[in-house]
Parts: sequence; C-alpha cells; structure tokens
Amino acid sequence: MPHDHHDHLSPSGHPYRPDDDHPLTYWQQMEIAVRELLIEKGVTTAADINTQIDAMDARNPSHGAAVVARAWTDPAFRCALRKDASAATREMGFDIGPMRLIALENTTDQHNIVVCTLCSCYPRNLLGLPPDWYKSRAYRSRTVKEPRKVLAEFGVTLPESTTVRVHDSTADMRYVVIPARPEGTEGWSADDLAKLVTRDSMIGTGLPKSPDAK
Amino acid sequence: MRDREYMRVRSDMPPGHVRTPSYLRGKVGWVERTLGPFENPEQLAYGLKGDPLPLMRVRFSMADVWGPASETPHDTIDAEIYSHWLEPAEAPNAP
Repeated sequence: MPHDHHDHLSPSGHPYRPDDDHPLTYWQQMEIAVRELLIEKGVTTAADINTQIDAMDARNPSHGAAVVARAWTDPAFRCALRKDASAATREMGFDIGPMRLIALENTTDQHNIVVCTLCSCYPRNLLGLPPDWYKSRAYRSRTVKEPRKVLAEFGVTLPESTTVRVHDSTADMRYVVIPARPEGTEGWSADDLAKLVTRDSMIGTGLPKSPDAK
Repeated sequence: MRDREYMRVRSDMPPGHVRTPSYLRGKVGWVERTLGPFENPEQLAYGLKGDPLPLMRVRFSMADVWGPASETPHDTIDAEIYSHWLEPAEAPNAP
C-alpha cells in the first residue's frame, strides 16, 4: 500500500493542497462596510440585496440563445432587432435597463467580436455574468490588437475574406453577436435552434454548435 | 467611402474617470453611427449632473490604430466615443 502512513497525504492518497483563501482585500472590506451601512441606515435591506443577487444569477445565456433563434426564424423580429435591439429584446422579457443594446450580425463577409477594454461591460440581461476570461487583461488587451490570434485560440479560424470587426464596449451600449445560422438546420424550430447557440457564439469568440452535435 | 465623416480622437491624457480608451487617443476613424444623447460620464462619476452629449460609434481600421504591422490592416475596431473627445479630421492614408 504505497499511500499508507503518510500524514501529508489526504485519504485519497494525494497530497493536501494549500488553501487558496486570503484575507479580505481593501475593496472587499469597503463593499461589506458600505453594504452594512446602507442596511443599518434603512436605505436597503438584506432581503433586497439577496433578491438582486438571485435576479442576477437567474440570467444566463439561454436568454440570448432564445433571441438568436428567434432572429433566425422570424424575419420581422430580425428587422426589429436590427433597428432597436433594446426594444426588441425587452418585448421578449429581457429588459436591458438603462443601457442600450446593439445586435451584430455575423455573415460570411464579417465576423463580430465583443470586448470591453476599459472594464467588463457585458449584455448581462441576455448572457448572465461574464466569464472570468472576458475580464482578464489578456483578453481585453489582445482582442483589439490581434483578434484573429485570439479567435484561433478559441478554435475559430476565419478566412482573410471575412472582415473581423472588434467592438469595444466603452460606454452606454451593450453588444450581442447574432451568429450565422448553421447550415443543415432548415425547418428547425426556434427551440431546437436555441440549443445550438453557445454563450461564446454570442460574444463572438465562438460559433454555434453544428446540427450534428445536437 | 467618400461620405465618411472622419474624426480624430483627442490625444489628451487628463486625470480622472474617462471612458475614451487611451489606445485610441490621437487615432482617426469614421463615424459608424451617432447615438445618444447620453450624460457625460466624466461628470456623472463625481456626482455632478452630466451634460447630454452625442455618443459616436467610431470605426477605426486596424492599420490606423496599430500601424502597417497590424495583424490584418482592413479589420476594424468600433468604439463609443463621446463627442467632446472628437474633432473633424482628414481621411488617413491607410487602406
């Protein structure tokens, strides 16, 4: 029994890993202090804060996928989305609040990819919380400079004839990419199509799943 | 092409909350569309009333931002720039 009698090994036979927790940072302490003060002073309540956290967690990429699938199947909606994506998605029940939404359509001529170089602006009403890599310095700085290399690392290699359009989400607008509808999906229902729409395909770092992979 | 409205982003580097990415300052692009008005975030950030400003989506070619050595010169970067950061400009020479 090679793993017996070793105090530094866990019952699984592997070494214990050090905990990766650390003391609260300055800004974490600040957030707790401000939150507790707001509650103490009656500006908000702990229940309200929990409700907001739940509302934030309830948003997820299936909302965006429903929008994309409808754009693929409903020409009038696609038109409305082009004209005013905030209003078109609000009508589906995905309110973007005070921000404005722009839908960017991918075609064989152009591929759109979204980044926020200043922070982490993201269409949370359609996609939920951004992935950690979206907020990383590497993604934010490289996407505006070498988007094709970044795309290739995500597994997307585009021909020279497809123009890459990077959208830096710097101010009041939020962006959702409407990927091109996969071939071989003629006659599919919007619900089935939505299953092909990935989060990354709506950021522009990925493509929808192939219909064979459904 | 001929109808493009070219703009240069001011190359100032003021302190404080500014939503104009520094990698675009001094660069020339064209107005893709005009949005807004939205309140000036440089005032809102300090609890002041924000002046309503047009917000331009400016499209830059990779070549105009990163020079001829850019990854693919005709690819583009769009960014939202508040109008007070823009001044009219001539078309750049890049493709």
